[in-house]
This record gives sequence, C-alpha cells and structure tokens, in this order.
Amino acid sequence: MWKNLPLFPDQASSIAIQVDGLYAFLIAVSAFFTLLIFALIFVFAVKFRKAAHPKAEQIEGSLPLELTWTLIPLGISMIFFAWGALIYFQQARPPRGAMEVYGVGKQWMWKFEHETGQREINSLHVPLGRDVRVILSSQDVIHSFYVPAFRVKTDALPGRYTSTWFRPTKVGTYHLFCAEYCGTEHSGMIGEVVVMEPVAYQAWLAAGGASASLASNGKELFTQLGCATCHRTDTQGRGPNLVGVYGKPVQLNDGRTVMADENYIRESITNPQAKIVAGFQPIMPTFQGQVTEESLGALVSYVKSLSQPQQKAEGGAPAVATSTSN
Amino acid sequence: MATAVQTVERETYLNNGYSLQSWLLTRDHKRIAILYLISITAMFFVGGFFAMLIRLELLTPAGDLVTSDTYNKLFTMHGIVMVFFFLIPSVPAVLGNFCIPLMVGAKDLAFPRINLLSWYLYIIGAIFALVSMTLGGVDTGWTFYTPFSTHYSNTHVVGVALGIFIAGFSSILTGLNFIVTIHRMRAPGLTWTRLPLFCWSHYATSIIMILGTPVIAITLLLVALERLLHIGVFNPALGGDPVLFQHLFWFYSHPAVYIMILPGMGVISEVVTCFSHKRVFGYEFVALASIAIAVLGFLVWAHHMFVAGISVYAALVFSLLSYFVAIPSAVKVFNWTATLYKGSVRYDTPMLYAFGFIGLFTMGGLTGVFLASLGIDVHVTDTYFVVAHFHYVMVGGMVMAYMAGLHFWWPKMTGKLYPEGWAKLSALLVFVGFNLTFFPQFVLGYMGMPRRYHAYPPEFQVLNVMSTAGASVLAVGYVLPMIYFVWSMRYGEDAGPNPWNAVGLEWMTPSPPPTYNFEETPIVTWEAYDYEHLPEHDEEVAVGH
Repeated sequence: MWKNLPLFPDQASSIAIQVDGLYAFLIAVSAFFTLLIFALIFVFAVKFRKAAHPKAEQIEGSLPLELTWTLIPLGISMIFFAWGALIYFQQARPPRGAMEVYGVGKQWMWKFEHETGQREINSLHVPLGRDVRVILSSQDVIHSFYVPAFRVKTDALPGRYTSTWFRPTKVGTYHLFCAEYCGTEHSGMIGEVVVMEPVAYQAWLAAGGASASLASNGKELFTQLGCATCHRTDTQGRGPNLVGVYGKPVQLNDGRTVMADENYIRESITNPQAKIVAGFQPIMPTFQGQVTEESLGALVSYVKSLSQPQQKAEGGAPAVATSTSN
Repeated sequence: MATAVQTVERETYLNNGYSLQSWLLTRDHKRIAILYLISITAMFFVGGFFAMLIRLELLTPAGDLVTSDTYNKLFTMHGIVMVFFFLIPSVPAVLGNFCIPLMVGAKDLAFPRINLLSWYLYIIGAIFALVSMTLGGVDTGWTFYTPFSTHYSNTHVVGVALGIFIAGFSSILTGLNFIVTIHRMRAPGLTWTRLPLFCWSHYATSIIMILGTPVIAITLLLVALERLLHIGVFNPALGGDPVLFQHLFWFYSHPAVYIMILPGMGVISEVVTCFSHKRVFGYEFVALASIAIAVLGFLVWAHHMFVAGISVYAALVFSLLSYFVAIPSAVKVFNWTATLYKGSVRYDTPMLYAFGFIGLFTMGGLTGVFLASLGIDVHVTDTYFVVAHFHYVMVGGMVMAYMAGLHFWWPKMTGKLYPEGWAKLSALLVFVGFNLTFFPQFVLGYMGMPRRYHAYPPEFQVLNVMSTAGASVLAVGYVLPMIYFVWSMRYGEDAGPNPWNAVGLEWMTPSPPPTYNFEETPIVTWEAYDYEHLPEHDEEVAVGH
C-alpha cells in the first residue's frame, strides 16, 4: 500500500508493516494536535486582536480545563507507549528455530558469516520467509546494523554480543547502513541485504564454496587452542563439560545463577575470571587478543552446537534447517 | 536672556565608565549580560558557519566538497559550539542575567563577582575549544562516544573536552547565583506566587545546571584520563564498558536539553502575557510545570540508548518515563494558547516569534513522542528524524524564544527601538526558512538516511536540496537582526521606560536602567501580570529620574 509513496522505504519484513502502522497513527494524532494549536492561535490572535478587542478580560485559569488537558494527553501517551512496547517486545525476541548469522562490524565494513561457513563482506544474503537472527559484535568502535526496509536497528558493540532478528517478506536488495558514527568512512560503511527465494538461497549457499560450517571451524579451534584439554566430556576435566551448557542456567561459585547465553560464552573466553562455575577453580587463562571476532563467533557457534539435538553437518553440504519458521 | 544650561546626561549602566577596564572588571549584572551577548553571538556565527558548510556538502550525494575527516569535524564542532557555547548560556546568561535582578526588584544578583567569574570561565572554555578547532578540530561527534573518542580518534579530543569542562563551571555558577537571588533578594511584597514566570523557569533551569553539569564534567574528565593515561573505564580492550559512557553522558545531556528550553519557555510566558495584555492562564500550572520538567528530565536519559544494548526492561521504563516528561510541556502550550483567549493581541515582533515558538515547539515536542515510542525509535533513532526533532525544539523552539526575548528587552537594554518592519521580515524569513530546512529531514529520517553521513545514496538528494535551500533563507533571517540591532543603537528611536506597556518591575525603571536599577527598593502589592491595574502601578512605584 505504501510502496508508491516516495516517503517510506520498502516494507520488506514482517515487522515493517506494524512499525508503519504505529507511525501512521502517531502522525494522525500529532497532525490533529498541531493543527488544533495552530488553528486556535490563529483564531484567537485574529478575533481578539487589539483593534477588534481593545479590553482584555483577565482570566485566571480553570482547574477542570487543566485536568482535562493533562489527563487526555497522558491517556493518549499511554496508548503510544503500549503499542510501541508491544512492537519492541517482538523485535527483541527472535522466534525459536531462527537461522543465525554472525555479523562483525569493523572500520569500515561489515563481515557476515553464515552457520554453514559461507562468508560475505558488505552483503548479506537471506532467504525469503525465514526468521533470521543476526548476532552482532564489533572489532573496534561501536557500529550499528540498520536495515531501513526491515525497520531493524541494533548497535554492534566491541567486547560484547548484541542481536536482532527479522523475517524478510519481499524479495529484493535493500540498503544496509551503519547507523552509529564510527569515524572517517562511517557513511561509506554501506552494504546490501539480498532477500532471495528459498531455492535460490540454497543454490547461492551451495555455490559459495564454503569449506566447513561455522561450528566445525569452531570445533577445530577448540582443539587447536587447547580448550579440549580442560573442557572434557567426562568428569575428569579441570573445566566444566560444555555439552548442553548453552541456553541453560549456570550456578557460579559466588552463589549467583546466570543464563549461559552467547555473551556468557564469549566472556568466558575473553575474561574467564569474571564468572567461575561452582565447584571449579579459577585457572582458565584469558584468550583476549588471541582470538579474532570471527574465531570467537566460530567458538561460540561450536559450543552452542553442543546443546543441539542434531549435530551440524560438517564439510561442504549446507546444513538442513532443523526446524521451520513459525 | 540666554543662560547657558548645562545638561547632565542621565546616569545609566552603559555610560557609567567607558574604559575597557570598566567593562572587563565590571560587577554589574547588566554589563555582564552584554559581555555574554557579544560572546555567544560570535559563537553562534561560528557554529552557523560550520552548519553552512555541512548543508553545502549535502547538496550532492557524493562527498565532494570536503574530505570525510573534515566533514566529521564540521558536524562535531557545529554541535559542540551550538550546544555548549551558544544554547546553554543563551537566554540565562544574557536575558536571565540582565532581567532577573530587575524582575525581583534587586540591585544586582546575589554574587556579582561570581557572575563575572562565570563569564571568564565561559571565555576560557571557549578559547580552549576554538584553539583546538583551529589546530585541527575534533571528529568524535558532540556525543564523544567511546571507544572511538578515547582510543581511535586522532583529533584534539582532550583540548575540546577541557574547554567544555571549564565552560561547565560557568553554567554551575550562573545557576547558583540565580537560585540564591530568587530566594533571598526578592523585593518586599514579591511572594513566590507573584514572581514572573521567567523567574520560575530560570529557577528550574538552575536546578538542572547545578545537579547535572558536574556529571558531564566528570565524564569528560574520565574520557581524557582514558585517552591520555589508558585507564580502562570505557574501552573494552582495557576492561572498560562503552555503554557506561553513554549512561554517564546522557545523564547530563538529557537534562541539558531542558536547560536549553526552560529559559525560552520563561521568555514566552512574558511575551505572550504582555502582547495579550492579560495575565497568563493557569499561572500555578505553568510555574509547577517548569519544576516538573526539571525533575522528570533527570529520569529519562536512556531513551537515547534504546538500541545501544540495554535490556528490554530498562527500555520499557525509560520509554514510560519519557512520556511523563512530555506532559508538563504540553500543559504549558495549552496555557499559553488559552492566554490569548479574550486578550487584546498585538503583533509586535516579540509576539510573532512567540507564535512561531508555540507552533514549532509543539511539532518538535510531538516528534519527541514518536521517539519515545520503542517500536518507532528502533527505526528512526540515529537517523535524520532525530536531527529534525532536536532542531525543531532547539532552533524552532529555543532560538526563536531567544529572538523573542532579545527583541522584547532590547529597548530596556539599550534604550532604543529596533526598526519594526525589518524585524517582522526577519521573523518571517526565520519561520519559513526553518521549516523548509528541517521538515524534509523528518521524511529523510523515516526513509532511512542515517545521521552524520558525509555521502548518501542518491534517492535522498531531493530532500537534502530542499533542506539546504531552506537553510539559506534561515541564514538571511539571522543575519538581518545583527545588522538592524547594531543600527538601532545609533539611529533607533528612543524607547522610554515601558514601550510595550508591560507589567513587571523591569519596566518601571528607565531604559537603559541606571547601574543600581531602582531609585528606591520597590514594594510589590500586585499579582503577577496584573494588567487590569496597569495604570496604577506607575504611580505606586517611584520611578528613577
């Protein structure tokens, strides 16, 4: 409906229509009040101009009026708040079974890696109708992953993961912008998100020449970096067994319980002393500075795969989706 | 018979000593106000020059006028100069300094020497900033986000941060002076509920200045420490947290925007009452709304961080509180509009600016409501939508209020009237130019054009060209007053004590006022904006010769 108006970007995701709907409502209400104020000022200023109304009437005020024009805007505001919050909840919670892509922002480009190992620079290919979760981080300063056509934006931070998700609803190529000022070529950090029909997307993945999935890269790193020597799958390890850890609560030695999400796994690699699992010694060395963002992504992906019922396929074959989108 | 009569020129604050020393070592709040007026006007044109270069660059999609690094410095310096060295001092340091002692019936502010010190601190801060800009500038954005500002930027971050740090003390001292003056130096009979709303607004502003400014001072100090000594506060590579910076920065910088609007609202209350010739509608509500804005303004800072990695629950709380802070502003707009009802409205220039303020501030404020809505903010934050929003409230709002106040009190400050025809033309040019500059930016933002972009995709060009065209009109609207105000000081018609027929103690003393403001301390027996009994005032209060 809006596509022929040059005032809106494409509506290319499942959330875009909802965001535009709220926007239209906000515009309507704002236009109403703006025009009301403009009109009242105009009418009063003309009707009560000095020439026509030489003696001003000294009116103190009116409590009922004050209450009315306090409570009505408050009520309308609460509608804006609630509606916006509902959309935000959706934007914040990716559905189960979303396919995952790791994105790294760096001065001044975007690097993406699909779970199947396919890598891209400044472009992101995604399948139509599939839930896609992008796990973001930065190699240097704060960037921001912004796709106007999807109405999606999340900062990419150094030292930490953030994430966002979308379900593309329209085939096409859309702008990807960096939306957090990051230095000289901030405005050059432009990429494109390419939404493809699912079949075309599978073909693109197969043609990509990815040698190994992200998780299997992670498994190799896990061995190379010596993680496997302590994090064994039996009870003899000096470090906790990582099978089944991701996505579950973890009891720490100071009594806290934390959820083992991506940030927990990442922090355990770069700053292991921050949280010690109950019953273990604080002996893990830090790998800060020894692993790149891409390697971190691979390791996290590997640890996550240890909690999945089906192992990811190794080798060149693209992974079959473990569940369909909602 | 002809006798030679020697006329003695009436003593005013302007002719009470002509030497440079009498100005640079003055303790007179009126002279300090003029010193500030000259300084901030100069900074306004510096910031405006940077804006002009930005808008010229944005005429074409390619970054072809200046290099990327230069462009980044331009928008950074435009923001820093306009926020810290123009808007924050503008109304308080010029009109507040000049008018508050007069409005409360006092000889001066509570601490005249501290007032002078505040100007020197402002100047020293400005010098640090200007020298850093001349030596190569700073390119971090006025928001100094880390770790870019502490580790990756190769520009004069510390020099500019120091300039802002020093200027911050100017703010704090001004706030201190106003609060004590309003509490302790009101003339007999001038109760709190008889105070002009201009004083209430400045009281609220001063609370924010005193409580908030120390936070930005410490934050900038931490940035400097991390940059110089590599102490890890904000840089994750050193064990710091970049989001912590944002919390600290916005904890001040959000209330700062209320420092930048409340004084302007105070001006509007004075102008609307005078040119409707009646008391304001709902005095207590307008007064309390100022205080509410100051208090609630401290509770909403993380609405600048909805996509920065804060939790969903934090985002919800800050969104809700942001709606609460919008309400008192709306209440004021309704009260000003209602003040016009059954008034006797005149269309002098200050009133035209006030009309412009009410309309444009309404639009700017409503677009703030868009931004407070989480679902929308995700799409439009960090885009030109935000740029348009804050220019609507700060330029369409505050700068227009400043112009209203400048025109309103110019006759009092200089004893001269400015040329009304030219002034009305300028007001019209400002209103038209402003809307043409910034309305297209709302559309650009929703279409997805991010802010701080040196080059942009070609589909954004048409709206950018419109915006630049508007900026040229706006610029003319700002340059004209420079010319006619200066002209009026020599050739303007004499104003007399009360050219607007306004109620207020400042109108009961000559224009320009004598150094000690009043012949005798006035005794106030009337309510605020007592337009009903206006003719009787002049007999009650002893006016200076």
